[in-house]
Amino acid sequence: MEHYLNIFVKSIFVDNMIFAYFLGMCSYLAVSKKINTAVGLGLAVIFVLGITIPLNWLVYNYFLKEGALTWISADMAGVNLEVLKFIVFIAVIAAFVQLTEMAVEKFSPSLYNALGIFLPLIAVNCSILGAALFLPGREYNLSEATVYGLGSGVGWFLAVVALAAIREKLAYSDVPKPLRGLGITFITVGLMAFGFLSFMGFKLPF
Amino acid sequence: MSTEALQQEEVVEEVKKSEPLFSKKNRKLVTNPLDIDNPITVQVLGICSALAVTIKLEPTIVMCMAVFFVMTLSSTIISMLRHSIPNRIRIIVQLAVVASLVAIVDQILQAYAYDVSKQLSVFVGLIITNCIVMGRLEAFALGNKPWPSFLDAAGNAFGYAAILIIVAFFRELLGSGSIFNFKVFAAMGVDYVGNGVMTNTAGACLILGLLIWAQRARNGYYEEE
Repeated sequence: MEHYLNIFVKSIFVDNMIFAYFLGMCSYLAVSKKINTAVGLGLAVIFVLGITIPLNWLVYNYFLKEGALTWISADMAGVNLEVLKFIVFIAVIAAFVQLTEMAVEKFSPSLYNALGIFLPLIAVNCSILGAALFLPGREYNLSEATVYGLGSGVGWFLAVVALAAIREKLAYSDVPKPLRGLGITFITVGLMAFGFLSFMGFKLPF
Repeated sequence: MSTEALQQEEVVEEVKKSEPLFSKKNRKLVTNPLDIDNPITVQVLGICSALAVTIKLEPTIVMCMAVFFVMTLSSTIISMLRHSIPNRIRIIVQLAVVASLVAIVDQILQAYAYDVSKQLSVFVGLIITNCIVMGRLEAFALGNKPWPSFLDAAGNAFGYAAILIIVAFFRELLGSGSIFNFKVFAAMGVDYVGNGVMTNTAGACLILGLLIWAQRARNGYYEEE
């Protein structure tokens, strides 16, 4: 159990999607003007990451990895489909996002109104594909991968809500004109990244 | 800023040499994204890779070439297919085209530039979700003929490259005291200790922020908030 907690905490703070890898920056900057929209997209990211990461883990380990196809027949032990990982991962993500959007629209119109507009955006959010592309290098098992996916999502959520809160306050401050908007946002993100640097090498004490 | 201006002139000259096909409008497609319509500093697209790969100049330039290849080809292909792509599934079609091109680039890099491809790690793959690529496909290639789409993609790739190279220049210089792995400060006899912040996330954001400030102070583009 502690092991999973450690992966969870590590993927939120130490390997934070935004501050350690710059993943999902575009939508991060675009939606962080208001806290409400930030919370909406943040929740959608947690949801999509928590489900597509285990999905992609299954696809990778049972179809793409070298020797992964042995469950079909022993002859296929030498088949290595790793070249296809980009296309397959993005297809899984895009298909899942599309399906979720349709399901949410049908079964919960209120949730669709709150979350729906953000879902299509997520298919091209780098943090989703990025987290999937980190999978082969990390050698997690299925449950570890799920925890890692959820943790990465929570990390993104925290980062986007924190930035939105700061930007709402910044709106009332006297920033030099050419620096307004994007410029000051980048500098704010830089300073927040400083803070997150202090988590480097952090481990739970058990 | 001088480096930026220099770079832009170089690119513009390159374009002028092969004049005939370039009407004034077509030239604008290439030159606008370099400054007043820059994909990174104005359109705010493709930030992730701009920050992540710019620790050193060498991987940065490889990344820019990869993006140039993927953007120009995908724009041309999508533009040629634009009448046969059903509107509802266009995102998937675009993703499929881009992902195949990225897979090609990735294989080429692994074959001929293995070290650099290791340094770039997942970021070559992330060209797929690089918003510049998708953004230009959506905004331009779907509604224009192949040749202007090619130029538009090339211009945006150059604009992307210009910013990345400037950021990488400062980050490598201040972070590891070198340019293209050549130790500048050591060669000048100055004892320079690399600034760890610059090789980190924080430094990248700060430099890009300051760069945007400088650019906007110069060309007078302000954001309304």
